[in-house]
Amino acid sequence: MRRMVPMWIAIIAGFAMLLSAFFPMTESLGETFGDVFNVVAAIAFILGAGSLAKVNLAKVSRRDPGWGFAVVTLICFTITIVVGLGKFGVPQNPQFAALPWSGEKEAEGGAFAWIYAYALVPITATMFALLAFYVASAAFRAFRAKNLEAILLLSTAFIILLGRTFAGVVLTGWLPDWASGLRLENLSVYIMQVFNTAGNRAIIIGIALGVSATSLRILLGIDRSWMGSGD
Amino acid sequence: MSGPTRTWAIIIAVIIVLLGVRMSIGGGMGRAYSQRLEQKAEVPANSQTNTPARTITWTEWHAVQPKIYFAAQRADPQQTQVAFSWSDTIGLWIGAFFTLAVFSFLYRDNAGYRLAEAVIIGVSAAYWGVIGFWDTLMPKLFGALVPSFVQAHVMPSLPNPSTATVIAMTFALVLGVLLLMRLAPKGGWISLWPMAFIIGVTAGLKIVSHIEGDLVAQTVATFKPLISPQRIEGVVEIWPTVWASLANTLVVVGVLCCLTYFFFSVDHKGVVGRAARTGIMYLMITFGAAFGFTVMGRVALLAARIEFLFDDWLWLIDPAGKRTIEVAASAVSMLCWW
Amino acid sequence: MKTLVAILEKLDRRWIFLAMALAVAGPILIIGITGKTLPETPTPAARAVYNAIESLPPGSPILLSFDFDPGSGGELLPMATSLVHQCAARGHRMIFIALWPLGPTLIDQTIKKVIQSDYPNLKEGVDYVNLGFQSGNEAVMKVILTDFRKAFPTTKSGSAVSTVAAMKGIERVSDFPLLITISAGYPGAKEWIQYVVSSSGGKVKMVTGCTGVQTPQLFPYYPAQLNGMLGAIKGAAEYEALVNESLAPKDHSAAPNPKYLEAQRRMGPQLGAHLLMVALIILGNIAFFAARKTKAGATS
Repeated sequence: MRRMVPMWIAIIAGFAMLLSAFFPMTESLGETFGDVFNVVAAIAFILGAGSLAKVNLAKVSRRDPGWGFAVVTLICFTITIVVGLGKFGVPQNPQFAALPWSGEKEAEGGAFAWIYAYALVPITATMFALLAFYVASAAFRAFRAKNLEAILLLSTAFIILLGRTFAGVVLTGWLPDWASGLRLENLSVYIMQVFNTAGNRAIIIGIALGVSATSLRILLGIDRSWMGSGD
Repeated sequence: MSGPTRTWAIIIAVIIVLLGVRMSIGGGMGRAYSQRLEQKAEVPANSQTNTPARTITWTEWHAVQPKIYFAAQRADPQQTQVAFSWSDTIGLWIGAFFTLAVFSFLYRDNAGYRLAEAVIIGVSAAYWGVIGFWDTLMPKLFGALVPSFVQAHVMPSLPNPSTATVIAMTFALVLGVLLLMRLAPKGGWISLWPMAFIIGVTAGLKIVSHIEGDLVAQTVATFKPLISPQRIEGVVEIWPTVWASLANTLVVVGVLCCLTYFFFSVDHKGVVGRAARTGIMYLMITFGAAFGFTVMGRVALLAARIEFLFDDWLWLIDPAGKRTIEVAASAVSMLCWW
Repeated sequence: MKTLVAILEKLDRRWIFLAMALAVAGPILIIGITGKTLPETPTPAARAVYNAIESLPPGSPILLSFDFDPGSGGELLPMATSLVHQCAARGHRMIFIALWPLGPTLIDQTIKKVIQSDYPNLKEGVDYVNLGFQSGNEAVMKVILTDFRKAFPTTKSGSAVSTVAAMKGIERVSDFPLLITISAGYPGAKEWIQYVVSSSGGKVKMVTGCTGVQTPQLFPYYPAQLNGMLGAIKGAAEYEALVNESLAPKDHSAAPNPKYLEAQRRMGPQLGAHLLMVALIILGNIAFFAARKTKAGATS
């Protein structure tokens, strides 16, 4: 029961989507399932938020190492949820001014927008930016021209790095027109359109075969690993 | 104190001194301003609630560039229409603190970085939850199940749902409640049912899209004519034709060789081995290109953060002309001091 | 030479971090003070994006999907600015959506920066509209293939989409002659190609502005399934230069507004950082081969 019901739910939902791509009369069924999926996905956001709160509350109650940061997480979580759901400080919506809840939650002047601008943006953007430093350090320590494969990788990286900036123009811009294909900026385009296209295309075709085979195994009830091992 | 530690201590001290100097000279830094806007809306009479027609007014504060404040002050020092914004200024400094706190991880792990990490985990999880609630659940789920409530309090123009929509959304609600059972100490197994729905729908979608959009379309795009005449005003040009034909040939050969390399059911010996080896060469060039572009992407993100510190916070530069004359004075005085 | 190799071998990674910070910060300061930018020559992929928008008759509805968050804003916001700039200048109807939760705020930011400040004649709800975010990733794409309003029933400000003039004549995604996605990952340009462009049988034309990480992965789709592409900040700078050039007065009497030069300004720090990367790889290899030679000498 515990494994048969989910397996059949997956099979029915999957075939409904599959059929809707081939038969126009089942199009609306696929559309409805898609719409239900979208709403369940939004509820999954709430599940994620609840799960985070649960994990951090457990950390605090057990006084795990670093529990103080879990408190910070919980405080920030609670504040964001409260000001976001309550639309704190949000000005009225001019179209529906009589309704106090009709304002846009991200509207300028609201607390939710403040959290977005001054906490979410600086931290996420800087965390992504940190990788620029690590990629430089990794390049210094790990990129070694030990064999032909490594030399090819390094040479391509050099052509892209130089050819996609003004350095390419400065270094090879003097080449005459008949040899313009060897200018770094043109070489970088040629690499992308030929070698990179071929390599990535093979990867795409490989992934497509893998994904469709795995999906088909799920829809035929052969692959049940997604249900986990326990009953 | 060891040699390197001392050097780093000196570098950090220099940065702190420069920051202190920057705070004390020039035309200011790290300040935000906002403009007051009086809003008005006419609300028609509502016979159902017996409310007469009325006018509602309220005040909004919108962030403006510092140059607008400077101009307003020059025109009338007593004006109150554009004013210093405490909330945005504090926010700006908090944003700068978080930026530096995350960068401080480059030196070593520390409490400042962990604080920023704890904040972002809490804020982003809640943020996604709030967005999911207002943007999807409110118009779709509640809009279908309790339309009169949603129309009366949040979205008056939301259309009434059809019966089919109500049935579909009831089904979605049941699945959603079962999904939330995952948080319960017992009975989490039932959350496998909505998971099955999610997996089934995803699998059904992915089969078609990957075969149609990737497998078939990419195969078709690969098999282009190996001789590709390039004409300019009807005349075949030799060198463009040679380059285009070579490019087409290299793509076809490359895709076949790379696929051969991925094909492990046959030993990579003889012709197959040579083809697989050529495929590896192609893949190495592909990874080199990926590396180059990854560097490019990350550097752009870093540049944006440094621009934020130099422009919005320190007022050292003003590339977008947000402050005009005042910032030029700041930058010049800073450079003179240096 | 030996000393240099020894230093390189033992070099603390924090010195590399400092070098990277200086390589990026230096050009930012110089460009920020002088206001000079480097020249750009557009590649065919960037030109194709420009032509795709330019070739549509004024008033054409264009779907702009903001599939990114502030984490990728450094690369993608300049593209968003220029894309909206060209669409607004051409008088196209812009319908904004987002498949990433933080996308709608970035849409508002771009609308305020470009449309509300430089094209005040364009009316919200008539010439442009922000339909906000919807969860579900590719399932949203599946729904809009047949019924756009089912996936996006209201605008971000809460009005029913059926009452919005900008949405006139739009029943499904194939009613848009052009789809623009500004993409940072999943869901993004790849999914739009797989689920919408392919399923529409070629009816939907699409161009994209994408991150550096995505650019090589998307190249195989261009030009068959993807009509144009802005790859990373370089693509943004090329396209920005094209748009600025086309909108400049014939006699070039006025320079473009600095807010439309963001990507081109960012190519300065890019140059510094790329040169540093090349230098680091070369130095790393010098140290490696010198150490290997020394070790081989000691063994023999």
